[in-house]
Amino acid sequence: MVQEIICIVCPRGCHLKVDPENDYEVTGNSCPRGIPYGKAELKNPTRVVTSTVKIKGADLTRCPVKTDQAVPKAKMQEVMELINTITLEAPVRVGDVITKRILDTDANLVVCRDIS
Amino acid sequence: MQNIKEYQLIIIGGGPAGLAAAVSAAKNGLNDILIVERDKYLGGILNQCIHNGFGLHYFKEELTGPEYSKRFIDLLADTSVEVALDTMALNLENSEDWRYVHVMSSSDGYRILRSKAVILAMGCRERTRMNIQIPGTRAAGIFNAGQAQLYVNLEGYMVGKKVIILGSGDVGLIMARRLTLEGAEVVACVEVMPYPGGLNRNIVQCLQDFDIPLYLSHTITDIKGRNRVEQVTVQEVDQNGKPIAGTEIYYDVDTVLLSVGLIPENELSREAGVTLDPRTSGPIVYENKETLARGIFACGNVLHVHDLVDFVTEEAESAGHAAACFVRDGGCVTEDANIISLKTDSNIGYTVPQQIRIDDVEKAVRVFFRVRKIFKEPSRIVFRDQSNSEIASFKRPFMFPAEMENVNLPRQLLENISGTELTVSVEG
Repeated sequence: MVQEIICIVCPRGCHLKVDPENDYEVTGNSCPRGIPYGKAELKNPTRVVTSTVKIKGADLTRCPVKTDQAVPKAKMQEVMELINTITLEAPVRVGDVITKRILDTDANLVVCRDIS
Repeated sequence: MQNIKEYQLIIIGGGPAGLAAAVSAAKNGLNDILIVERDKYLGGILNQCIHNGFGLHYFKEELTGPEYSKRFIDLLADTSVEVALDTMALNLENSEDWRYVHVMSSSDGYRILRSKAVILAMGCRERTRMNIQIPGTRAAGIFNAGQAQLYVNLEGYMVGKKVIILGSGDVGLIMARRLTLEGAEVVACVEVMPYPGGLNRNIVQCLQDFDIPLYLSHTITDIKGRNRVEQVTVQEVDQNGKPIAGTEIYYDVDTVLLSVGLIPENELSREAGVTLDPRTSGPIVYENKETLARGIFACGNVLHVHDLVDFVTEEAESAGHAAACFVRDGGCVTEDANIISLKTDSNIGYTVPQQIRIDDVEKAVRVFFRVRKIFKEPSRIVFRDQSNSEIASFKRPFMFPAEMENVNLPRQLLENISGTELTVSVEG
């Protein structure tokens, strides 16, 4: 059955129609990025996880971090649990890799703010 | 007499608007610019917006808030722009030749600065429980969503275990997800309007992803609790916003987050005699973001509340450019006959700019606005002059109050209108 979903790739929020019986054909998208999103959302939905980790040796006590790619939605909570065990030492720079291939996904956990 | 330090341009606020305005003014030839920022860091609200989704329009990639502001902080480092951190602007005075900015900081005490031009970039603040008058006790555990965001994301404190969110503005939605991921239970998001206040994508990825129910046309009618919040009453409201008896739902929660709107922070603007627009709570501006007070410009959330930082950046760049032109050559001076006022019909909440000086428009002027209700069917945004002739029209497949719209009005069309008013409306 054709499923209707809202595209979250950009703030425009297109109303996509995805047909699992027709090779996950996507319609209703206004840009090409809606197609892979629509397919993935039904087959294997993924999300970027953003959070903070503790940091020592700086005025700030928390450092924002993110997965540099989307991870499977089902793994979000596990990623959060892992993030909560991490403590960084200042200085850090935007893009510094904290954990490579987090939980065997293709995503690295990276720093989002310069903190010295 | 105290020695008054002089600048070409003083920018009040070092958030996304102030940063982009400074970079733009520097790029356009000013070399004597000061940013006054009350926080210890540049970046403003973006520092606590650790979620991603910023920059899709401007950088064509998806960044977190801190990453977005870093792009501009890095650009600023290549300019001669001076930054006064931990410094509060207390007062702004306007005179013929100079704008006077009174500032205070622990390191330098009280100082009076002056500049040829000022850019207002103070942003906005959250509406509070006092603004919306929710009945109930004054228990602890009631936070503004942005305030909770600061505690959680910058200071590392959780605000509660079982949470209800009033208002479906973007900050509230983002916090619903954030608190859930950090282990809290978010029982519901309650919105008094019949439509969500935030972007569709945030309804999906912040509420639906975590099975958090959204109650439209509902509100909180009571908060109970002695020391800490213990119970909240939610009720459906009728078309006039009046609670309907018999629809009560009771939630045992310890925390209430309020995401009930943002108000541009214009105390300084008022003191300087800048005319405000009651519809936006921000200054009335011309096409180049100059306020009706000559030499004072405004951009970002102090001008009107945005939903995308990308548009703040664009607006701030335009203000920075205009302020640089003003300092260099006196800016735009024109006759009243060449000023077009933009009016709105009941479907449109406001426009920015509110006034257009045709002489100052190079090729086209971008007009931002919000609709006041949901338009699900394709409709047209129509500009009509005083003889009711259609000057321009723009098709939209759908429009939502939560999403700011914009259109480009070519100068050519503006030159041939009858009268000095254009009315913007939504037509079928």
